[in-house]
Amino acid sequence: MRLEYFQMVDRFVDVDIGERVARAICTVPKESTVFEGHFPGYPLMPGVLLIECMAQTTGWLVSALTGFTGLPALAGVKEAKIRSAAFPGDVLEVEGRVVHEGSGYAMGEAKIACRGAAVCDAKLTYRIIPYPSAELRAGLWEWAERINFPAKEFAK
Amino acid sequence: MSTTFDKVAEIIAETCDIPRENIKPESHAINDLEIDSLDFLDIAFAIDKAFGIKLPLEQWTQEVNDGKATTDQYFVLKNLCERIDELIAAKGA
Repeated sequence: MRLEYFQMVDRFVDVDIGERVARAICTVPKESTVFEGHFPGYPLMPGVLLIECMAQTTGWLVSALTGFTGLPALAGVKEAKIRSAAFPGDVLEVEGRVVHEGSGYAMGEAKIACRGAAVCDAKLTYRIIPYPSAELRAGLWEWAERINFPAKEFAK
Repeated sequence: MSTTFDKVAEIIAETCDIPRENIKPESHAINDLEIDSLDFLDIAFAIDKAFGIKLPLEQWTQEVNDGKATTDQYFVLKNLCERIDELIAAKGA
């Protein structure tokens, strides 16, 4: 997890387009200034960052399903539940699922587990917006390669 | 047997917490019912699921932005229901 860059996914371990599901690993860094404030003496992964892990994992899947024709911008988070805590060094197993691909939007569901226990889950809404620049889209391939996401297979 | 409008009105009432009696065929989803674009995604999702279609929101938005259509054509509920019926018919064709 590159927390300082807000790039949460370390690597994808499974991308099943037919089943519309992707699984990724996000390892909470052992050290980060985030933990100096959240909380002093009790470093705890913030719940919003757990949601971001789910949003990015599912967002990559939305991108693949829509052929990388636009940027899936997180537009809604519903029924988010933080069921247990995550701490520095924890290896988070994130699963994102696309339940509906509409015109210009997508609906997903995601969850995180760690050491066999449920950490959190939520329903996610994405708007598919035009890429703000060609550079951003071009930069996705390198990023995808770094996190083991087979992006070029799905690009239209 | 419920009509397309009945189903759509139920979806809107439930999704946006709008009293069912306030939702009329002449209601404009945005101007009268004050449904914003994000809430409309939830409605589109529910309509897509309920009718097994895919509302072409991107195309509609483009047409409105280009001045080729008015929002009334797609967002006055009786017109929206006509579009839905057309999509259902096209699916079965």
